[in-house]
Amino acid sequence: MHYKILHRTSYHYEFPVTVGHYTARLEPRNLPVQACPWHRLVMRPEPWVRSFRTDAFGNHVEYFEFEGAHQELEVISRSLVKVSASCPPFPSATPAWETIREEVLGTGISPVTAAGAYAFGSPLIVPSAIFRDYAASSFPAGRPVLEGVCDLNQRLHQDFIFDPTATDAATPIIEAFEKRRGVCQDLAQIMIACLRSHGLPARYVSGYLETLPPPGQARLVGADASHVWVSVFCGGNHGWIDADPTNNLLPSERHVTIAWGRDFSDVVPLRGITLGAGKQRLTVAVDVEPVNEE
Amino acid sequence: MQSSTLLPISNLASHPHAPVSACFADYHSRTSGFDEMLDAQGSLRPHWMDLGARLSQWTAADFEGRKQSMQRLLRDHGVTYNMFDDAAGTSRPWSLDVIPLLIPAAEWSFVSQGVAQRSRLLNLILEDFYGPQNLLACGLLPPALLFANPGFLRLGNVVPGTVFAPMIGFDLIRGADGAWRVLADRTQVPAGIGYSLENRIISSDVLSGEFAGLGVQRLAGFFEMEREAIRALSPLKRQTASVVMLTPGPMDPTYFEHAFKARYLGFPLVESADLTVRDRQVFLKTLEGLRRVDVILRRMEDVRCDQLEQRNRSNLGVPGLTEAWREGNVVLVNGMGSGVLESQALHAFMPRICEHLLGEPLLLQGVPTLWCGQVHDLARVLDAPDQWVLKRAFPGGNRRTLFTGSLDAAARAALLDEVRSEPHQWVAQEILTLSTAPTWVNGKMEPRSIVWRTFSAQSDGVQSVMPGGLSRVSHNAQEQVIAMQTGAISKDTWVLADGPVDTFSLLQDRGAVLRPARPPGGVPSRAADHLYWLGRYAERLEQTARVLRMIFRRFIGEGSELQTRELALCRDWISGLTLLPAELMKLETTETLLADLRELLSNPKREGSIPGLINLLRFNAAAARDRLSDDTWRLFNRLERDSNLPPGPLVITNALGVLDTLILDLAAFSGMQLENTTRGHGWRFLEIGRRMERSLAMLEYVKEAARIAVHDEAILMPLLEVADSTMTYRRLHFSRPSLLPVLDLLMLNETNPRSLNFQLLSLARHTSQLPQDASSTHAGMGKNLADLLLSKLSSLNLSSFSITEEHTGETIGRLCTDLSDDIETLSNHITEHYFSHAARRPA
Repeated sequence: MHYKILHRTSYHYEFPVTVGHYTARLEPRNLPVQACPWHRLVMRPEPWVRSFRTDAFGNHVEYFEFEGAHQELEVISRSLVKVSASCPPFPSATPAWETIREEVLGTGISPVTAAGAYAFGSPLIVPSAIFRDYAASSFPAGRPVLEGVCDLNQRLHQDFIFDPTATDAATPIIEAFEKRRGVCQDLAQIMIACLRSHGLPARYVSGYLETLPPPGQARLVGADASHVWVSVFCGGNHGWIDADPTNNLLPSERHVTIAWGRDFSDVVPLRGITLGAGKQRLTVAVDVEPVNEE
Repeated sequence: MQSSTLLPISNLASHPHAPVSACFADYHSRTSGFDEMLDAQGSLRPHWMDLGARLSQWTAADFEGRKQSMQRLLRDHGVTYNMFDDAAGTSRPWSLDVIPLLIPAAEWSFVSQGVAQRSRLLNLILEDFYGPQNLLACGLLPPALLFANPGFLRLGNVVPGTVFAPMIGFDLIRGADGAWRVLADRTQVPAGIGYSLENRIISSDVLSGEFAGLGVQRLAGFFEMEREAIRALSPLKRQTASVVMLTPGPMDPTYFEHAFKARYLGFPLVESADLTVRDRQVFLKTLEGLRRVDVILRRMEDVRCDQLEQRNRSNLGVPGLTEAWREGNVVLVNGMGSGVLESQALHAFMPRICEHLLGEPLLLQGVPTLWCGQVHDLARVLDAPDQWVLKRAFPGGNRRTLFTGSLDAAARAALLDEVRSEPHQWVAQEILTLSTAPTWVNGKMEPRSIVWRTFSAQSDGVQSVMPGGLSRVSHNAQEQVIAMQTGAISKDTWVLADGPVDTFSLLQDRGAVLRPARPPGGVPSRAADHLYWLGRYAERLEQTARVLRMIFRRFIGEGSELQTRELALCRDWISGLTLLPAELMKLETTETLLADLRELLSNPKREGSIPGLINLLRFNAAAARDRLSDDTWRLFNRLERDSNLPPGPLVITNALGVLDTLILDLAAFSGMQLENTTRGHGWRFLEIGRRMERSLAMLEYVKEAARIAVHDEAILMPLLEVADSTMTYRRLHFSRPSLLPVLDLLMLNETNPRSLNFQLLSLARHTSQLPQDASSTHAGMGKNLADLLLSKLSSLNLSSFSITEEHTGETIGRLCTDLSDDIETLSNHITEHYFSHAARRPA
């Protein structure tokens, strides 16, 4: 599938901002199943300084600074992305989950020990007995890892109510877990906490999702938001496999990956620290439009 | 007092002429394991012969006397350790033992080589962790050990050649075998260097004879090297590297040390709000504008340094700092992510890593450690858990040290379950009995477990290890975990010299070494802000003290008719002042009035009270600590003590005594400000604050008094008293005070240092000398405002007034209000123009 993506973020500040520092992680990654041949990031007003780098997880990051008073800021990201269908292995063909847990603690650099970068606690996700207990029924002894992941994916989807009013970006995952309510960010981070509590490497993926319009209605421009899901390490042969607990599916052509990290704090799409801004009003609009392949 | 306290310790032994060791028999009987002073037979170790012989001649009173001298010096120097767990947020005095820890020359030679080697090694490890990660690829370290470590920051690519840990602290312990081992590496924010220096200044003073006699290695050389090493780090290799020390602020437990060390090294002490990143370079906001910063001595944890890059719940941090550092535009001492080496788990892998990176054996061994994240090590630990101390593998969060043997069955099982479910979070260490050192506590010499922290400084071609350091002994005899947070006692560490002591810098000019270097020109805006408020609160405190003294004076004596009349008028007068609570003077009976006045003298929670103002004064003084002399600091400490009222019902003469002393102390502060302070911008802001506060007070006094004086001039005597102008008035007029001459003296007379005119002239002079940005539309605005004030005051034509007419009081009142408003405008201008970014200002 080919997509044309428009992601527009606007800030309105209560008072004029004199100095602002920002980082943006908005450029989709290039992957075996995904290519991003074209990407542009435009800011209004024009920043004073811009620079690019690749972060520790391989994501594209842009850093920019503003000097001089402004009360409005608009950041517009446009990308063209091609996503190929991925074919996940048969769950029963994946190794027992305990094997992965043990191999992650081994020595030397291999795909398995490198996946250890995502196997432990991170700033927003602290594995604990609570998550271990919840996930325990999905991971009985000897079960193939992807079977367990699919089971957990399905249970989270079933047990949790999608409720944007229950949590915000700063809600600790334990609170969302106790409420059994939240949005895709909460579900993804809870699933990661469950997996890491079993010693399994799991990463947090940020990206976009093409939503199908309801029958008989035109597709709503800007109605789509950015989306997040999970990727689980399923052993050296199968590598990383994505799982989307919000939709209870294993992602394929309809998910576009921007960035991944240990949790939300590693992949925040746009983060800014401003001086003297007072309150700020933020609006985000995302449009993921399929285009004809030419 | 018991008679034994008068006898030397040696006489306590049964034989007065017994060998020296006999007098330590009691001490010896309480040692077990390795003792620093005595060997297994109870004889003095060779390097203790000299000091041991001296100590044996001391009486208990000698020990106590020296202990008290040390405590007094510590208090005067304001040495504190702030406590996190102290609800009141106050600071606790630092405690220093009388007896130093002695390290013989030969032992030092080995330890210093070991520390220098380890410092090189740790830097190479950091370069590898944040670079190629060859140590993981070679199998010298399990990758999970790095990934599970919260101190390992995901920084991305750091510019090659980045220096990670120029300053490292090493906690050393000695086990039963007598060998020093590394307990912990302090690689992130190595605290204790400043306390080491302060301890040395005090112990070499109080124990000057012993210090000189023993041939103790000096610390000054290390600090010279440290300063050089820091300067050499400047990315531009500039001659005049611009170095700052970044502190979280006065609430940090080791804030004293930050201020002390910044002054000693001559680097400005800054908080995160003082720094800004522009075009990926770091600048210091000064009164003159932005000034480039090359090196930051960071005393803040890395996760609090940059809220753009790290999750951060506090308001601290410099957005963009990590980006500037990653690009190599600024050097951080120590670099981001250097805390990764504080993990106890690394001990297990250090010997092989050392062989690999340096091609030589590790000199200083760590405490024998197993990382439970390795399957075979976990099995060994679970096999015989009681043989080990279990500790968390990584710093941060819960730093428990657990001896499974000392737990009950249920707690032991729960702990082992925890280890089994998250083995990578745990290390097991061999149980070591720490060596003990003689410590003067509870009126006798006791053996206490000891930990010694020494430091290394290194940069290109410069490497140095501190011959000494900060030693700590446990607060009580059983304690095996020693931390200043839990009330440990510190000790100076005396490294004995083999040959002649290298004293070049000390002998040349002792003062030059122990006194701070001259700070560079730029005054950080935040420091100016605090100095301005220091000036205002010092003056407000003095005004409050004078008003209270004036009232109390009217309660003593014979209660003459005049006194009664004055008191009634004063009640009316003071109820109009904002200085004291308005409801105060409306209190009907003398008893309730006195009770309320007592509150103002003793209750820090009461707004505008004397102790409340002292707290505000000290808050601002602490925040500008690096810009105040030791004498000034001593004075502020005295202020607090001098303001203590004896408990019980209020005795007026006691209250007057306290107020008299307070006013004298404040006069001493003004004197120091006048005679002992360099005329820089910092001093200017302190002066402006004082002059503004005094102007505002005078305008209020006059406004309210004029209202009353048109009916009864008896109010003028108390007014002159509060304005400290009674003598001047008498000398000029030889008569009972009358309104117009009093107004002339307090408002217009430019020779009276209490008059409004005097304050405004001084404000006009200072504002004209403030740094100006010529391009700014505000250039010269401060001076214009001060000139406007002067011209309004000069329009006051006293000869046109008739003193008995009601509207005279009103006219004067209106002028006073008008002038007060203008002064507030000037204050706002200064606040906005010079320190607008400082968000946390009290009152």
